[in-house]
Amino acid sequence: MDTKRLEGIANKKLTRRDALKLAGVGGIGLLAGAGGVGAFMQPKSSSANVDSSTDSDAAAGIVPFYGKHQSGIITPMQDFICMGAFDVTTTALADVRKLFQSWTAAAARMTEGKDVDDESDNPLMPPVDTGESMGLAPMKMTVTFGAGPSFFDERFGLAAKRPAPLVDLPRFNSDDIRKQWSGGDIVVQVCANDPQVAFHAIRNLSRIARGKAVLRWLQDGFQRTCAADPAGATPRNLMGFKDGSNNPKMTGQAPDEIVWAQASDDPAWMAGGTYMIMRRIRMRIEVWDRSTLSDQEATFGRHRQSGAPLGRSGEFDDLELDRKDSSGNPVIPADSHVALAHMEGKVKILRRGYSYSSGMDPKTGQLDAGLLFVCFNRDPRKQFIPMQQRLAAVDALNEYITHVGSGIFACLPGASEGGYIGDKLF
Amino acid sequence: MSKKWVYPLSAVVLSSSLVLSACGSGDTAAEKKPEAAPAEQPATTAPAAATAAPDLKASIDQYQKWVIEQTDQLVKATEGFTNAVKAGDMEKAKELYAPARAYYEKIEPIAESLGDFDPWIDAREGDVPDNEWRGYHKLEKALWETKSLKDQEKVADQLLQDVKQLRVKVESVEIDVPMLVTGAVELLNEVSTSKVTGEEERYSHTDMYDFAANVEGANEIFKVLKSAVEAKDAALATEIENRFKALDDEIAPHRKGEGFVLYTEIKEDQVKKLSQTLDALAEPLSKMGTIVGG
Repeated sequence: MDTKRLEGIANKKLTRRDALKLAGVGGIGLLAGAGGVGAFMQPKSSSANVDSSTDSDAAAGIVPFYGKHQSGIITPMQDFICMGAFDVTTTALADVRKLFQSWTAAAARMTEGKDVDDESDNPLMPPVDTGESMGLAPMKMTVTFGAGPSFFDERFGLAAKRPAPLVDLPRFNSDDIRKQWSGGDIVVQVCANDPQVAFHAIRNLSRIARGKAVLRWLQDGFQRTCAADPAGATPRNLMGFKDGSNNPKMTGQAPDEIVWAQASDDPAWMAGGTYMIMRRIRMRIEVWDRSTLSDQEATFGRHRQSGAPLGRSGEFDDLELDRKDSSGNPVIPADSHVALAHMEGKVKILRRGYSYSSGMDPKTGQLDAGLLFVCFNRDPRKQFIPMQQRLAAVDALNEYITHVGSGIFACLPGASEGGYIGDKLF
Repeated sequence: MSKKWVYPLSAVVLSSSLVLSACGSGDTAAEKKPEAAPAEQPATTAPAAATAAPDLKASIDQYQKWVIEQTDQLVKATEGFTNAVKAGDMEKAKELYAPARAYYEKIEPIAESLGDFDPWIDAREGDVPDNEWRGYHKLEKALWETKSLKDQEKVADQLLQDVKQLRVKVESVEIDVPMLVTGAVELLNEVSTSKVTGEEERYSHTDMYDFAANVEGANEIFKVLKSAVEAKDAALATEIENRFKALDDEIAPHRKGEGFVLYTEIKEDQVKKLSQTLDALAEPLSKMGTIVGG
């Protein structure tokens, strides 16, 4: 068999079925005209985008994968998210360990804009990398791994290692949690400044997992891009309000106090890790759109245009929760979102959510869109859960939103080069 | 990269009409292009392939023998089915339909490589222009949807004639290694794209017969290539074997008597599990091409 024919068989311009038919009749002549064959199959040991991205890490937009902490947590938010949860199908701990080793190596490579692994030039094999990020810059991609409560059940003998803060989330008032958007043994959060780069990563990671873990749910998300808002102002959610003005700045002691599990916390092996909560929050877009401006502002407790707390003029002005208007009513309603989430300034979480749009609800013809809420905290029992209990009970926003998906995950400590994500657990 | 599957003439003769050169007769000149330096050497010392070639020849022989056996069964079973159709015996025809078709599903990639047999035998309504539609699925519609065998004798006769002609052709089909390697995955892709969604047997809902038959066909290819895969990548061979077993375990609960339950009886989460277990198998199976890597 000569090379050209083999190339033809592997060429994606022909379907496998076509190739098989041609193979059956021995038709090299037919294949020669397929076009683009040679260029497509040039053997290369690694992708072209590596070379174009190594001039300088900063310009190339590489966020280092290895380190004390995983990236994608206190990393400034990228423009897009592609997040998936997996259920482990193997029952052998050795397979799970191998999966995390393979995932670590693949994620570290893709973070640098490289192919998932060295490409093979065997035309009778599927390409090693799926190819859609060829020639693309790294785009500040990060990959963040976490383990859910079910990961610590009896299957892998890890029950004794389940971190105390990784509790099963309680049911919150008015929750309408659906199985198809909830839970999972493992979560993989991919963020990047390009949606194709992000998709490429989660796709290749799920391919690596085949036979060991299967996707349970997958959700894309977005916010305004850096290009649309070069100044990087607080992004607006799909209700049109600035969302995240009160998000704690990740400077000084804040990350250690709010986000990172400490060696003194239980368990010690989680030091440097954190706990992620995901909530898929559907917005009743059509209902919101017909509510009045004053209702909308009273719901959030902020001015829509400026993002300032009600009664103030600057977005970052302090909330005046005690201030009353001339008739003695609070200027910022007590059941407004901002008043409740403030938690007297004592409880903070790091929010890192994205908007999502999943097209149309075929049953109602309404938009299926909302917030893919993601937050990180050092101990959900003391941070996210009490905050959400309060919001779920009385938040005026509840009239316009429904929590339909949910997950809690222990985001494992970072790995050093030569190690792998999870090496402190297994 | 140059791979040649050229065998001594005696071997070709010994293996009946099977032509072992993958390249057919038309590309001799192309093979001898000077840039492929190793190809200038006698075929017996061609690189990489040479050591594996004798084993693979045996593999191809073994596989073709199996294909011929399955096609014999296909002819026999189809004859029973078409006789029932022509006799106007709806119940008997319905009973024989799915098991007869299954033989075809096992060898589908081979049939597809032989011209128009696939559209003749296996086209679903809408796959081909209405006036050209014939074969199994046309009779399926008559049996389960229109519930009348009136004017179906011609369709039945044509179907039997088509499978008989297929039987003649498989005798001399040129099977080569790329065909085997891609054929195994192709069989599983068939399952992924139509069987697992229940779209193949839209009237009879006997998709599970086709599902199992496609998997069996893929497994047969793996069996004949297994030692070659083992020699190149033992872990891959083990992985494929385990995943075939895992898929068989998923299929098992849907067996009923000699056959299978209707696809409409399989629950949504079971369908998802079948689909994911199939993907878990197809991924390593798609790497069997490693046996021809240098």
